Amino acid sequence: MVDAGATVSSSTPADPDAAISVRGVTRKYRRPRTSLLQPSPPVHALRGVSFDVAHGEHFGIVGESGCGKSTLLRILSGLDRATSGTVMVDGTDISDLPERKLRFLRERLQLVFQDPMGSLDPRMRLGDIVIEPLVAQGRPHRREDVAALLEAVGLRADAADRYPHQFSGGQRQRISIARALAPAPRIIVADEPVSALDVSVRAQVLNLLADIVDERSLTLVFVSHDLSVVRHVCDRVAVMNDGEIVEMGLTDEVYENPRHPYTRRLISAVPTLRKALAGATTADLTQESPS
Amino acid sequence: MTAPEVSAPVSTETTLPADVLTVRGLDVAVHDQRLIEDVSFTIRAGERVGMIGESGSGKSLTALSIMGLLPEGLEASGSVRLAGVDGDLLAADERAMSRVRGNDIAMVFQEPMTALNPTMKIGRQVAESLLIHRTRPDGKSAHAAAVELLVQVGLPDPAAAAQAYPHQFSGGQRQRVVLALALANDPALLVCDEPTTALDVTVQAMVLDLIVRGVERRHAAMLFITHDLAVIAMACERVMVMYGGRVVESGPVREVFTKPRHRYTQGLIGASDLAVVDERGRLATIPGSVPAAGRFPAGCVFRNRCLHATEVCAERPPWTSTSQDAGFACFHPTSEDEGIDHG
Repeated sequence: MVDAGATVSSSTPADPDAAISVRGVTRKYRRPRTSLLQPSPPVHALRGVSFDVAHGEHFGIVGESGCGKSTLLRILSGLDRATSGTVMVDGTDISDLPERKLRFLRERLQLVFQDPMGSLDPRMRLGDIVIEPLVAQGRPHRREDVAALLEAVGLRADAADRYPHQFSGGQRQRISIARALAPAPRIIVADEPVSALDVSVRAQVLNLLADIVDERSLTLVFVSHDLSVVRHVCDRVAVMNDGEIVEMGLTDEVYENPRHPYTRRLISAVPTLRKALAGATTADLTQESPS
Repeated sequence: MTAPEVSAPVSTETTLPADVLTVRGLDVAVHDQRLIEDVSFTIRAGERVGMIGESGSGKSLTALSIMGLLPEGLEASGSVRLAGVDGDLLAADERAMSRVRGNDIAMVFQEPMTALNPTMKIGRQVAESLLIHRTRPDGKSAHAAAVELLVQVGLPDPAAAAQAYPHQFSGGQRQRVVLALALANDPALLVCDEPTTALDVTVQAMVLDLIVRGVERRHAAMLFITHDLAVIAMACERVMVMYGGRVVESGPVREVFTKPRHRYTQGLIGASDLAVVDERGRLATIPGSVPAAGRFPAGCVFRNRCLHATEVCAERPPWTSTSQDAGFACFHPTSEDEGIDHG
């Protein structure tokens, strides 16, 4: 059961019926030594994070740089390990699984990254890029699959022979989405997928993502620093600060009635046309909005 | 686009503050390819003007031509004049421009680390600018003034900060240092090119506020370039919309953002509004994507993405002036009562 309400205690057991269930996850890093006499203090990237994402839910994670959202994503997708705590994806605990047993996770959960140039191999043709998740998993695939994937994201099938640099930023992000769809995952994790895009293209990519998630009834975890984008995309949101979830709830509720001071500061700092036309100035952005 | 008339000694104009920056017919070309075409505008003392556009619209090139920092191979023509500086800035040699930059015109760029010297303490960097332009007579008073500037941009413990190196600061703090440096000689014009794009939202809020306050305090003119409509709406009074190397619309922020006349402006505002969706919950979009430089259609640069385009758009649309500093270049503008409701 996923409750819209604020907190999930780290003491309740992970929910095997949820798409993703995270309990008391911490992650400590050690910086390189700077002194001969003592080890450098550890960095607490995550300090006990717990939440559930139900099947088919659109779950947002918001926070500024350094809040731990990228570390959390890496752990969810099996690219990193939690120092302590439990992560369950589709009812399977992935916290202690060895790499060779994570294959189910790569089929079930796929990632879309922020920078579509950095995450696409410039020397591979589109057709090979899009189908690579299947090749890597040694699964059978046909040439028609490529065409179907490209068409699903609004690209022409004959684009398969071209290279990433021949496409604009928005089109490259479509390619990333096509690649993520290749293994027919049930969960898409998108890390700032529209932050690098121009305004007129951002709306297209957000619409495409919404279409695909709806048509295939996928679970979406959407990470962004931009609260207004998350509000548009997600049903529920977790606000992260300094390795912790400081507030969690239905997106509209969190947006309209933020309880935590950090959430209030975050919301009031976002410049919007509405605020500006209502006469707000830059000085108002630095004030914490009254709740 | 024809420039808003320069020589119109109407009585209302005499009450306006003095022109600080006057750009007329600015063209930028590489080989035979035109990247910027016929850009004209004026910014007066105390005025904060935004320039909005997507990547490849030519907004950064406009800023670079004003400052004489165009990369090798790019040629600017037209005229750029600055109050208090003799002659045309486009014709000025590098020696003359280096006296103007940092003194009459100052700039803040997106990436603060590249604007600062990593091997020099920041107090010395700010003081150096005061000494080079002879704003302060000696090192001691320059250092004191530098610390005072660091106070103004809200750096915690400014005296200690002056003794620190750029790498010891966070991105937002570095951008404050760059702002202190830019404001050091009380420039007549501050050019900001995406100054807060790389920053977190809460840090962006603080830096924006510091920029606006710093400019207001000096009664300086500001040209603020960004792709973020909301940032312009918060920080500026007037806005120019660029697309395909041309200014397609300009006017007061409130007018342009509530009653856009050019179809591109209308599309841009629609696409950036995440609170307005259709019955399926989808956002408004502009079809297609921004063409690469030099691939824009002839005539109206927006016509290949415009739902209202007709044959007449193969001609270049003339500039329709609606008032001083306001107008648009479109054959099929929105009607005057067709506004956008921002709730």
